[in-house]
Amino acid sequence: MFTLGVIGVLTRRNAIIVFMCIELMLNSVNLTLVAFSAFHGNPTGQIFVFFVMAVAAAEAAVGLAIIIAMFRNKMTVNVDEINIMKW
Amino acid sequence: MNLEVIFFFIIAALALASAIMMITQRNPVKSVLFLIVNFFCLALIYLILHAQFIAIIQILVYAGAIMVLFLFVIMLLNLGDESQLTEKMNYKKSIAYILSGVVLLEILIGTGLPLNLNFSSISTKAASIGTVEAIGKSMYTEYLFPFEITSMLLLAAIVGVIVLAKKKFQ
Repeated sequence: MFTLGVIGVLTRRNAIIVFMCIELMLNSVNLTLVAFSAFHGNPTGQIFVFFVMAVAAAEAAVGLAIIIAMFRNKMTVNVDEINIMKW
Repeated sequence: MNLEVIFFFIIAALALASAIMMITQRNPVKSVLFLIVNFFCLALIYLILHAQFIAIIQILVYAGAIMVLFLFVIMLLNLGDESQLTEKMNYKKSIAYILSGVVLLEILIGTGLPLNLNFSSISTKAASIGTVEAIGKSMYTEYLFPFEITSMLLLAAIVGVIVLAKKKFQ
């Protein structure tokens, strides 16, 4: 699932779908953490998953706010067209 | 090969299929819906691993809040279908696929190439550490500081979102 998220981030041009693929990568890491936590009987993994979910929620909100602000300026969410810093 | 393992394979295949469908859809709304299916499959896998708290939190936070936020933003920006998805198989896309293949190889090698088919069962303490009581006991005693810092992080995120997304007042 992590690799699928990487493929999605690298090949899609819509910024929102890139964000969703980042969430997919975070979820795959969550799954790994919970699996190892259940395998070893250590609750540390699940606590870490809780914090990863909180950070992912905050990051998704801030990222979407950035996309909204970008959309107001250029009327597009295509990551190829956001190149005003290109040299 | 008991029923639990069969169930896990079915759910895992469904999660992978929905993830593949998510990254290949042109319509962003369909991508969000496939991601929600993926999150529900992940919650079922968490339940198989006796992680009840994480499963419910996953459905509440991810499928319930974050995906609804994504849908709001997609409908606010009124995006159409993404064109030029199937064309443009030039060197950029092939490099992307090669890099992703390298990442997959690294992950498989890093986790020890799970080619053995004897499914080692999970620990006997798994059912007791996944409850809300056990996670709460561990979080409020040992991991209290990250818990409080997370609240500050969420506050910073809220302030940042409001500053970024509000209209400018003249």
